[in-house]
Parts: sequence; C-alpha cells; structure tokens
Amino acid sequence: MRITIKRADYERMLAHALAESPDEACGLIAGDDSEDGVREIRKVYLLTNEDHTNEHFSINPREQLEAVKDMRTQGLKPLGNWHSHPESPSRPSEEDIRLANDSKASYLILSLMEEDNPVLNAFHIENASVEKTIRKEELVIIEEEENG
Amino acid sequence: MKIVVAGEQKEVKDSLTVSELIELEKVETPEYVTVSVNEEFINSETFDSHVLKEGDEVEFLYFMGGGR
Repeated sequence: MRITIKRADYERMLAHALAESPDEACGLIAGDDSEDGVREIRKVYLLTNEDHTNEHFSINPREQLEAVKDMRTQGLKPLGNWHSHPESPSRPSEEDIRLANDSKASYLILSLMEEDNPVLNAFHIENASVEKTIRKEELVIIEEEENG
Repeated sequence: MKIVVAGEQKEVKDSLTVSELIELEKVETPEYVTVSVNEEFINSETFDSHVLKEGDEVEFLYFMGGGR
C-alpha cells in the first residue's frame, strides 16, 4: 500500500504533536483510495487525547463523531488514525497492535524521539487472529507544488 | 420504521434495540464500539434496553487508542 500526505497536512500534524508533547497527540485521517492502490490523505484531523499522558492515547469520542460527520459531508473516506510517540520509535507498540480494530485502516505513527528528526510511518495492522500481521506502508509526503 | 445509520436511511422493525441493531448491522468487535443516538452517547450497559425510535440517527464509533 502506498499512502500520500500533503506537506502542509504533515506540518500541521507535527505542530500539533509538538504542542502536545510530552503527551501523545492523536487524530484521524480521511481521503480516498484510488483504483491503482494509492491511498490519498486529503484531510488530517487534530483531535484531543482523552488520556492526556505520554503513555497512552484515546481519541475523544465527541470529536471523533464530529470528524466522521465532517468526512461524510465532504465526501471523504475514513482512512485510519494517527498518533505521536513523543519518546519512542515510529512503530506500533503492543498496545497499539492490541487496539488496532480495523484491518482496513492505516495507522500513522509520528515519532518525536529524536530531536529535530521527527519520523512518520504508516502501518497496516491485522490483529483478529492469533497470528498478527503488521506491515509498513509506503508513506510519501507530497510537496505543495507537486499537488498543484 | 425508518432510522438513519451512519448517514444512511434504513427500514427496521419497530422497537428495535441498540443491541439488535448492532447485530443487524454485523458490527465487528462490538466491545470496542461506542454508539451515539441523535448525537447522545449511549451507555453500553443499556444497549439491550435502549429502544430506537422513528427518525433516530445512529452512529457507530470504534474506540481508537493505543500507547507507546
């Protein structure tokens, strides 16, 4: 799976994560799945981490509801979620895997562990069976000029 | 009666409960689902007893969380 995010959306996500640090930050992603297998993130939602800690995140359900309705209004498809790891690498933790309930979703993880070197990766997670599948997706940040 | 589920109008039997709708809609991993009716969140302990009414707007929201 190849997944694209606009530079401006990535920068908004990063700014939100830095502002919320040392707590984890979180949100949703929405957009389109094209026929050629490319997943395009067209909107990033910056939502509240109900847990307000650096160890967990839970997306505020009220904000989640508003985001879902906004996606519907704008004709966007829910594509998954994103969260930050202020002090750990950009890879799904055991808890991330356990709570990844949607095998169709992309799970984006933004690591702030290395100062001045944020790392964003996307993952596909299937945890329904004993044999869990975690696959890194090809995440591409689209520069503004390339996006027209 | 007609209700709206995730933005789509559906015809369902009268006096349908939230639990019955979850089953009807084949909601996956319902233990991780939050249900709102007309933008009010329903306590999961009342899914069996909460009876839906004509015109209700229902949303299923999957819990989204994780940890480091």
